[in-house]
Amino acid sequence: MSQPFAKLPAWADYGLLPLINLIVAFFVAGLVVLLVGESPIDAAVLMVKGAFGSGDGVGYTLYYATNFIFTGLCVAVAFHCGLFNIGGEGQAYIGGLGVAVVGLGLGNVLPWWITFPLAIIASGLVGALWALIPAWLQAKRGSHVVITTIMFNFIAASIMVYLLVGYLKASGTQAPETRVFGDGGQLPGLGWLLGLIGLNMRSAPLNISFLLALVAAFLVWVLIWRTKLGYEIRTMGYSPKAARYAGISEVRIIVITMMISGALAGMMALNPIMGAQHRVQLDFVAGAGFVGIAVALMGRSHPAGIVLAAILFGMLYQGGAEIAFDMPNISRDMIVIIQGLVILFAGALEHMFRPTLLRILQRVARVKSQPTPAVAAEGGQ
Amino acid sequence: MAEPAIELVGIDKRFGVVHANRDIHLRVEKGTIHGIIGENGAGKSTLMSILYGFYQADNGEIRINAAPVRISDPNAAIALGIGMVHQHFMLVENFTVLENVMLGVEGAPLLKRGIAKARAELKRLEQEYQLDVDPDALIEELPVGLQQRVEILKALYRGAEILVLDEPTGVLTPAEADHLFRILEQLKAQGKTIVLITHKLREIMAVTDNVSVMRQGSVVATRKTAETTVEELAELMVGRRVLLRVQKGEAKPGEIKLSVENLTVRDSRGVVMVDNASFTVRAGEIVGIAGVAGNGQSQLIETVAGIRTAVSGRVLLDGQVIDITGAADPGELRDRGLAHVPEDRHHMGLVLAFEEYENSILGYHDDPLYLNGPFLDIEAIKADARKKIEKYDIRPSDPRLKTANFSGGNQQKIVLAREIERDPGVLIIGQPTRGVDVGAIEFIHKRIIEMRDAGKAVLLVSVELDEIRSLSDRILVMFAGRIVGERDSDASEGELGLLMAGVEQLEAAE
Repeated sequence: MSQPFAKLPAWADYGLLPLINLIVAFFVAGLVVLLVGESPIDAAVLMVKGAFGSGDGVGYTLYYATNFIFTGLCVAVAFHCGLFNIGGEGQAYIGGLGVAVVGLGLGNVLPWWITFPLAIIASGLVGALWALIPAWLQAKRGSHVVITTIMFNFIAASIMVYLLVGYLKASGTQAPETRVFGDGGQLPGLGWLLGLIGLNMRSAPLNISFLLALVAAFLVWVLIWRTKLGYEIRTMGYSPKAARYAGISEVRIIVITMMISGALAGMMALNPIMGAQHRVQLDFVAGAGFVGIAVALMGRSHPAGIVLAAILFGMLYQGGAEIAFDMPNISRDMIVIIQGLVILFAGALEHMFRPTLLRILQRVARVKSQPTPAVAAEGGQ
Repeated sequence: MAEPAIELVGIDKRFGVVHANRDIHLRVEKGTIHGIIGENGAGKSTLMSILYGFYQADNGEIRINAAPVRISDPNAAIALGIGMVHQHFMLVENFTVLENVMLGVEGAPLLKRGIAKARAELKRLEQEYQLDVDPDALIEELPVGLQQRVEILKALYRGAEILVLDEPTGVLTPAEADHLFRILEQLKAQGKTIVLITHKLREIMAVTDNVSVMRQGSVVATRKTAETTVEELAELMVGRRVLLRVQKGEAKPGEIKLSVENLTVRDSRGVVMVDNASFTVRAGEIVGIAGVAGNGQSQLIETVAGIRTAVSGRVLLDGQVIDITGAADPGELRDRGLAHVPEDRHHMGLVLAFEEYENSILGYHDDPLYLNGPFLDIEAIKADARKKIEKYDIRPSDPRLKTANFSGGNQQKIVLAREIERDPGVLIIGQPTRGVDVGAIEFIHKRIIEMRDAGKAVLLVSVELDEIRSLSDRILVMFAGRIVGERDSDASEGELGLLMAGVEQLEAAE
């Protein structure tokens, strides 16, 4: 039987459709703002201004975006293998342990440019190991990775609370957080980078892990589309039967992919810990692992799309905070609702407008292309 | 001229850039069997889907019994007396025949009255058309031929005067197909109108009164079956002359390349799929395995190719044992000169979402030829893909095109080019021409014969008996997982058909 819907052209699939989704999301969010008695236009202006209107605004937006790039890449790599890694949250949280070991242990003795690579390795390794167990269970036992990674989020959260309260807490304090790292455990900011484009960043925590995130995005692109391993991952993701036929070991690919995915999530911990707070705090991931799912969906699991989607969500976080600050009727919870709407339309309801858009484009194409040249009919059987 | 039951006037339908039906005029006379024949992708199924209300035509008019009608969905089609028997049955497996027949027309929230009515009506239909089926049998326990009969009963129960059958014999043995044709004759005698969609010329000649040929979305000719020939129809289908018979010389079998000994394979539920099978394939010969789909052929070749594991038995490649009970590695078998064109082209032989060049190395992606350290050497892969595209005349000749956008025949050529160009010693090939157009069939058959003449061992599995008979040097017949007979290539169709139906098995058991 024929496929009733052909495929959208690439520009519509990757450009127009996300844009439509976004516009609808903002429209519905605007109705919510209207409902609580504020002006949606004012709110929109506030949000954009808050996110991009000042050096600090941009700094915060990109700081949040850094987290989302890492977690978005984490989800995307697993997606390409047909795996749904919901464990980014836990893998990032536990990745903080790797950063803590380097920051606490070496932060006072080594300069940042030595501790940074070490912390990258440590956080990535811990994140990868945290993903290894669900991966192994999936590959060997068929335990669904969605279930196990969700469970591992809870386990990670409990372990971190246990360690922070019992072992990592600085002596003589009440707060469940480590002591502040030494100078070598603190990453330099990127004020100079914004300075290049004439922006003045004073207090925003944007730091060089943003650049690391961009490098990671590029490396993920190379991995997925330019290496043999990436070829095997994509084969497995599209068709496990074809992978079996091609002699690709399912166990090996699932384990390796999940570990890469976990490592990317683990590296997210660098940004808030070494880059901003210079210590490990309770719940420093703050939901970025889950936002990563929406970012990966919206970015079509392509690193370039993920970077753009991450910046969009960074804007929602930063601009949303500004709205909550300036509009008394809009609380922080309202911001969460608006973010949720964007995730809903851009992620979950992604396919809602696809058939309609396709029909419109087909009609346009038909009007343009008459009389049509002969095309081999493919829609028959 | 008899009055028309169906008239299609200027039907036009597009899916995006694909022009599936173009300006189709078709007239089916009442009380006749009308064949519609064409290659895969010619637009036959689309046309019938429009008639049955699955799709709406972009342009054109449908007239049923001379009255213009609008068929917006299958319910409207049923109300107009059109019944459809799909290629893949639409039956609920764990319901009885009766429950399936009355599904959707139960009549009332409580079933009791409906059941009684349906049972009486079913009895009447059975007597009128000699369509015997036990109304209380579970569908899953019925053989395929009877399941198809239930589909026909379903349509008749809904008052069908016009019956459309889409590729009805794909899953039947030759004997079952003959039985189906007798039923169709019976229905015709009762005044029903029948539209038979198929790509098998033999069936058209056997049973139809008129035949329309479709090519590339158009009806290119309509003939009285008695006034046409197989050759003419084939030429109309393809648009040029085709060789229906494969021309090949005498086989010169050499040493044993592949040897299967007492192979037993179970599926994941533990059901025995291959039962103690033994055979050999020599260099320079084609061994064909005939059988109705689902009798263990798939499992057999997948096990030999290292994709499935066996419970017991041995497989020897060039006299060396292949580990088939543990984790056999298809990659290692490839290195040892065993190539495999799988039956399931869409899910196994190709990744449809890949670009063509990416599929041209599937399974051989470990070859240093295509690699630069851990990186793919994309230029080398594309250059290699272009060579194969040219040699195998794969169209469109674009290695960057998504594989899903190639026609079935060209997809199969992509797989064949990949496997044959590695110059393997043993070629296992499953359903080489399923879903492939007639023009490409000729090409594929030639390549297979060439492999044999080059001294390769070829193991062929196909549900098309004609294909097995014309290509094979020796024919094995599988039934219920067992190899129930071996025949020469000149065995008659009837003889093979009996073996395929397990008749000798049953006689031996009695």
